[in-house]
Parts: sequence; C-alpha cells; structure tokens
Amino acid sequence: MKPLEIHKGVAAPLLQANVDTDAIMPSREMRRVSRSGLADGLFANWRYLDPERRIPDPDFILNRPERTGASILLGGPNFGCGSSREFAVWALAEFGIRVILAPGFNPVFQKNCVANGLLPAQAPLPAIRSLAAWSDRDPQRNRLTANVRTLKIEGSGKRIPFVIARGQRLRLLQGLDDIAMTDQRTAAIEAFERQRFAEQPWVCAWINRRA
Amino acid sequence: MSGTLFDKLWDSHCIETDGDGASLLYVDRVVMHERTGAVALDSLARRRRSVRRPEHAFCVADHVVDTLPGRSDDTRVPGGRDFIVALRQGAASFGLRMFDVDDEDQGICHLVSAEQGIALPGLSLVCPDSHTCTLGALGTLAFGIGTSELEHALATSTLRAIKPATLRVSISGQLLGHATAKDLALTLISTHGVGGAGGAAVEFQGAGIDAMTLEQRMTLCNMAAEFGAATAVIAPDEVVFRQAALAPLAPKDAPIAGWRALRSDASARFDHDIAIDSAQVVPQVTWGTSPEQCGGLGDPIPSPKDAAARQALDYMGLEPGLPLASKPIDAAFIGSCTNARISDIRAAARVLKGHRVAAGVTAICVPGSKRVKRQAEAEGLDQVFKAAGFEWREPGCSMCFFAGGETFGAGKRVVTSTNRNFESRQGPGVRSHLTSPAVVAASAIHGRIALPDTA
Repeated sequence: MKPLEIHKGVAAPLLQANVDTDAIMPSREMRRVSRSGLADGLFANWRYLDPERRIPDPDFILNRPERTGASILLGGPNFGCGSSREFAVWALAEFGIRVILAPGFNPVFQKNCVANGLLPAQAPLPAIRSLAAWSDRDPQRNRLTANVRTLKIEGSGKRIPFVIARGQRLRLLQGLDDIAMTDQRTAAIEAFERQRFAEQPWVCAWINRRA
Repeated sequence: MSGTLFDKLWDSHCIETDGDGASLLYVDRVVMHERTGAVALDSLARRRRSVRRPEHAFCVADHVVDTLPGRSDDTRVPGGRDFIVALRQGAASFGLRMFDVDDEDQGICHLVSAEQGIALPGLSLVCPDSHTCTLGALGTLAFGIGTSELEHALATSTLRAIKPATLRVSISGQLLGHATAKDLALTLISTHGVGGAGGAAVEFQGAGIDAMTLEQRMTLCNMAAEFGAATAVIAPDEVVFRQAALAPLAPKDAPIAGWRALRSDASARFDHDIAIDSAQVVPQVTWGTSPEQCGGLGDPIPSPKDAAARQALDYMGLEPGLPLASKPIDAAFIGSCTNARISDIRAAARVLKGHRVAAGVTAICVPGSKRVKRQAEAEGLDQVFKAAGFEWREPGCSMCFFAGGETFGAGKRVVTSTNRNFESRQGPGVRSHLTSPAVVAASAIHGRIALPDTA
C-alpha cells in the first residue's frame, strides 16, 4: 500500500447526505473477479445519462471540465453508507481519489478506505462547506492540501482540523499492510486460541459435527 | 465485572489492544459469498497464503445466482457466472465448506449462518456483507467487513478493529395489529436518521425484545445496517437456545450456562441511550430513496425539507401532501435477508390465501433459503403464492438489488420486503417502497399500496 502523508489536489463537492455505495459503485458495474477495471463504472448512474452506453452527463460534478483530475471528494454526512462492497473504494482509488472529507462515514466504508490508502477525514459540515465554496471559485487553482501528519486540510489560507483514528492515521502514514502487521503477532494469536479452545472446546466446529 | 453485552463479547475475543486503541479480535467463524468473497480467495492464492482455519470458514453462493426454477451456474448478471465459479474453485482449493447453487441447504448467507449453527451465541463471525449484523440476534459478535479485511481474517483468524461506542435501544411494549419488527426498525430509522447510530454498536433490549421471536429479532438487527451501526446485538435467551441447539453445526452439549451470561449487567453503562415503544409503532412504508424517508401508510407525504428530499420525491414520482396508501403499484417483491424467513412467508401467505394478485402487477417471492422453501412447501404455502399469481423462486439475494440481471423497469413502482430503497438499487429508475411482507402481499392483491384487510 502506498503511504499517504500530504496530498494536494482538485476538490469536488458532493455534499448531499447519505451517498451510498450503490451510487458510488452500482452492482452491475462489478463485472470481473478483480479489484481493478472499476473506474469507468464509478458513480455510473449519476455520471452517465445512459450508463449502458456511457453517455456522460455534463452536469455531474466529476464530468465538469473545471474539476478535471479531481482527487479530493468533499462529502456529506454518513458518506459511504449501504453495502460493504470494497469495489466502491477500489473504483474511487482507480479514478484517482485520495482523500474524502466528510462529517461522517459508514464504519466499514471508512475501514475500506484506509485499507486502500485513501484518507477518510472527518470534519464538521460548515467547515467542509466553506472549503467547497472556496474551491468552487476556481477549482483548478484553488486546490486543497490534506496533511495526515498535522491532521489539517488547507485551503483559502485556512487550516481546518480533521479527525481520524490514531491507528488508521499511522497505517496511512506508513502504508502498512494489515496481514504483514498481524503476522508479527502470531504468537499472541496462537496463545489466545489455545486458551479459548481449552476453556470453550465447543468453539471448534469439528468437535460439533454430528455423525 | 460490570459491562454491556457488547463489552463482554468484545473482551472475550480481544487478543490485545495497542497504544493507538486498535484491537486485534479473534474471529471464530468466517462466512463469504461469491460477490466479495471470490476476490479475497483469489488474492490469498496469489499471495501464496493459506486459510488459517479452513474448518471455520464457509462459502455461500447467494448474491448473483439465478432464482428461476431449474437454474444452473448461468446467471443474467454480466460476469456473474465467473464470481460463482471463482468462489467454488477457491473453496475447493482451500478446503472450505461451500453451500453451492445446488446444495440442499443453500440460501442467503445470513440465513444459512443461523440455520446451520455457523453463527452461535458468544461466537465472533465476520462476513463481507453489510447485513452480517443480522446475526447479532443470536448473541453473535457479527461484523460486516470489506474484502481486504476478509482476506486478513482468512489468513490470520483475526480482525483489526477500534472498539465502537455502545448505544442501547430500549424497546418497551409489544407490537400490535399489523405492525412488525420491520416497522419498528423503520420507525427507529426515520426518528433518528440513517446515520442515527453514529457508528456505535447497538444493543436492542427490553420487554419488546423479550416478546419477539428469533426471526423478528433478526429482522430488527438486519436493519441496523441502515442505521449507521457498527453492528447490533441482542442478549440470547431460551428462544435462541432452542433454535441454536437444532442447528447441524451446533455443539452436542450446548454451553447454555455460558450463553445465559451473555447479557448486559444491570449496572452496565452505555455511551448512548434511546427508547422506543413498540405499542406506538404502526405499519410503515418508505416514500423516498433512503430508509429514513418513511411513514405510516395513511400519513401524508411530508413537504421536502431540503434538496435531497426534493430529489427523492422527484425520483419516486410523488407529490407531498397525499398519503401513500392507494398509490397504484407495478410490482411486489418478497425476499432478502431482511424478510424472507419462514415467518415472513407465512405472514404473506395468510394475506394472499384465497386472493389473486391485481391485473398488471408482477409479483415474485424468493424464499431466503432452501430450508425456508422446503418448510413453506411442506405447509403448502407455495401453492397459496402460486394460486395468487406470485412467482415462486429458488433462494438467493435476487431482486433486492440489481446486478444487471433482472429488474422491474425504469419508473416502475415496486412494493418490496427488502432493506434499501436507494435510487436504482433494484434497477435503473425503479421506485422502491420498503415495507413488511404482509403489506407487500396486501398491496399486490389490491394493485395499490394497502394494509391487509384483517389482523
């Protein structure tokens, strides 16, 4: 996983509440047993006037020329709600999104972001609105800068603090791989498991199988 | 030690917690379906990793399987067959038990988990599906996860997680008349919003829960996914122990004494508390594109408060002011992990018996599992559905969501027992109204949104 410390980019506001993962990645766009080849289907129902024929809707925020290369999404409350499909985050990442700033996230979506090196940063809606207003004036010039080390997002000369759990921040900064991290704890896992099975042998499914 | 049920479940699986507050939790069971599971098994194989406890990991084909009688691996979902085949190959190469398309115990993964005893009181279980919280109704510590977390859980038998806050939802009273657990859930969500739980672990408790069957509790916990909850739990009681003892994978000598201790202590402190009176709950139906946008069938559709509500009404083709009752419909759907258990099928059949679906209404019933389907057929309920003009299908997630297979058509108004009324969730342009199975059945008969005639 690529580490993420500072990211500067064009912002795109999508401030409505409860943007769900069906909207981010419609189920029918998940066509291959793969984490890639998904960017084209991102927001397909909103991005295209006709999703099957891929005719772009010129009004959709990510299709507007002034948002070209957008890599920071400004979202509303409960962003990423609904299905736990990680395809939504893979599609966002493949499209080029590195940072999502929102007042709140669905818990699984937030973890999926971190697992893929995207920053899910939490800040109050009024602060996000003010960043969006500044970006709107000239999106290509008025780029935002998110700093995972200082936990601030900068724009319009203002530095707005954001929140992310300490453990998640560290993972983003170091680009740590979860499985590799956990492999270092094998002894602790084995000891825990031995004790669990000894105290509660019924937990082992194979003991429960009936003839 | 005084604690909440969630604290006890968490602590009994917590291997360690680091200085940053991240815990490593022991995972007793892993369940996966073809849609998100196949990718994880494929990644694991590429990394040359094994499944650490293959006897504790299970595969279920449910998400994109065809539901027409006589089905095969073929599915109308683009690429759908590849997901099914990849899961089957992954299961075979890693030695995992798979509930395949033709397995006599196949069904929607959360129903299979409960029926088989994969989920049991006091176990932890993860599954790459947001409705995994359904299994909290058994007193299982159940988390919906992403594909990367699934891969991690398979490789290490653990989940990395930060302990969420706890939210107690105290439920008094008993459901009356046509009100169901689905209506209770929708009322809770419309009162507090789809983000209402704020990422907390919800415990449902109180006299209203004690009075519920296990299946009603599963419906309630299922809908916690639409409430912004990390998961949901209910203290298991005799209702659960009886059911769990019958499951094929349940222990021969169930540790009932240990299971009885799985409850919040009277002095336990919750971070947040809300209350709801079941007796005040009336049958609900959604009018918008979020589960929180709902009301009683006779309530007027509210005037839009914001742009999102205006967009929702526009999408749904509705005007504020009029009630939803009497609105003509095009289709009726009974299915999903929310409301396709045997009690749901029975409730709908009671309404349908001796009636016919209104002309022009497409009506489909997809039992949640083969076990549910067999039981329903043993009771002759399939005949009631068929005589009424419903299609009687094979189990799967089916038209709860549109994966490019079957849909009802743009602009069509569908009354559905499922969990999500998002824009285009059931197909491009489809207008979904979430409600209980009995209201779906009554609406199918009347050709318009309607309550059942009798209690």
